[in-house]
Amino acid sequence: MIHDSRFGLARSVTLAGPLRLDGGARLAPVEIAYETYGHLDAEGSNAILICHALTGDQHVASTHPITGKPGWWTRMVGAGKPIDPARHFIVCVNVLGSCLGSSGPATTDPDAGAPYAMRFPVITIRDMVRAQAILLDHLGVGVLRAVVGGSMGGMQVLEWAATYPDRVRSAVAIATAARHSAQNIAFHEVGRQAIMADPKWRGGDYYADGDPPAAGLAVARMAAHITYLSEAGLTDKFGRRLQDRGAKSFGFDADFQVESYLRHQGISFVDRFDANSYLYITRAMDYFDLAEEHGGLLANAFQRSATRFCLVSFDTDWLYPTAESRAIVHALNAAGAPVSFVELSSPFGHDAFLLDVPELNRVVDGFLRAGEAA
Amino acid sequence: MSALRPDLAIIADHVAAGSRVLDVGCGDGELMDVLRAKHCDARGIEIDPANVSLAVGRGLSVVQGDADTDLVNYPDNAFDYAILSQTLQTARAPDKVLAELMRIGRHAFVSFPNFAYWRVRLSLAWGGRMPVTPALPVSWYETQNIHQLTIDDFRAFVKERGITVEQAWFLTGARRRGAAAANLRAEHAVFLLRR
Repeated sequence: MIHDSRFGLARSVTLAGPLRLDGGARLAPVEIAYETYGHLDAEGSNAILICHALTGDQHVASTHPITGKPGWWTRMVGAGKPIDPARHFIVCVNVLGSCLGSSGPATTDPDAGAPYAMRFPVITIRDMVRAQAILLDHLGVGVLRAVVGGSMGGMQVLEWAATYPDRVRSAVAIATAARHSAQNIAFHEVGRQAIMADPKWRGGDYYADGDPPAAGLAVARMAAHITYLSEAGLTDKFGRRLQDRGAKSFGFDADFQVESYLRHQGISFVDRFDANSYLYITRAMDYFDLAEEHGGLLANAFQRSATRFCLVSFDTDWLYPTAESRAIVHALNAAGAPVSFVELSSPFGHDAFLLDVPELNRVVDGFLRAGEAA
Repeated sequence: MSALRPDLAIIADHVAAGSRVLDVGCGDGELMDVLRAKHCDARGIEIDPANVSLAVGRGLSVVQGDADTDLVNYPDNAFDYAILSQTLQTARAPDKVLAELMRIGRHAFVSFPNFAYWRVRLSLAWGGRMPVTPALPVSWYETQNIHQLTIDDFRAFVKERGITVEQAWFLTGARRRGAAAANLRAEHAVFLLRR
């Protein structure tokens, strides 16, 4: 087989664009970082697009270049897993606005010769999906056998089915919602304000001297991280246990294990993520309201769809609770779309979609295989 | 493959091939599996998440939901057949569930255990105890059957609601019973209804 440099790990491409954005701006050129696994079959029919979450990246099943950790979804993607390079041509794309190689605020603005910073246009989930679509054109992928993702990845899955119904045969949306609730927006605003309150943020222009608003971004991550876990999970893991000490210090050190854990989550996050990207992507999620894009009725988003849908929620996920998935299921039923839905039990809260939940693998595997048999 | 439950076998035999079907309370999808082989577009609703996982794992379109609350979300005439097997007596509001069923489906299959079956009567009348029979295997304190009914109750109910009975089957185990003495002799009933 002739080596094609479009395929493989740690790929990137600069597409001419322009990409017309929901906010009215045009983005050109469009840089897209991505990875592919497995081979596209002769009919071009075995492609699966995996969409990542807010702080995820294209390294779905390969070692992360900064942290050295294994891919973020090796439980779902790999040999013998529901999404398997032996059977599938797998594509995972760093979303627009992110900081792992795709166009985002840290990218150099060709007009200014300096990073866009806050001059980067505000983007939407639909803009992310459009960027993925032009990448798939570049890769020669027409119709996707499946689009799969959790959390913000699930929002992209729904957006894919709504925007490109003819290009998606099956859609798997896990632990997600068709719109951001007031509570979702509220938590994101806390994170954004933490970043902007950091004096090192400087209106977003911090790239030149390599001194980013790490403290603000760490606080944003700490607040968000709480929403990814369940109360019972936190109690189980930490309770009120103290960190490396026999008694309370009567000070403001991290006395409790849970404080120490959150601080660690915040500090390790800033090494791998850009604060401005965090602002842009949380904004895109807050703007997401699939019904609003379709005359206020979610069922309209799926009216032209021949896509099969599989939705999964988790009983301890209070970020995107089961009711959000049910609302999507009801809309799909009203549109007559084939849909499967199950609420799985897990102690892990929202993060369950990333963790070891064998039942999730069973459901996704069965759903994908049924689509392949049809 | 294990044999289909007798009431499901009757339903499977009488659903026209290639039709659109909603199986309300579809369990792990055993009837849907058979209907899929008949090229039906089969959808299911099931309340138990373990059953939903099994059904989705075998590639069926099943959503976790509750017949009492979730049928309202389906459009009118969305299906050729709406099926409610062994579920009517577990509903909080069986009359409303049946009304939704008749709205969603052009036809409906309804099957249920007959509380006037002679063994049930005997248990209650002579034994003075709530019956535990093959069709009603669970004790009073843990049964999900909160709205027990008889074949004659159901006949009267559909008549009162102006629903047409197209066909009916009466069973004791896998054996068919005649319509005349069904209320006494049949353990189970299957009705095919239309508006």
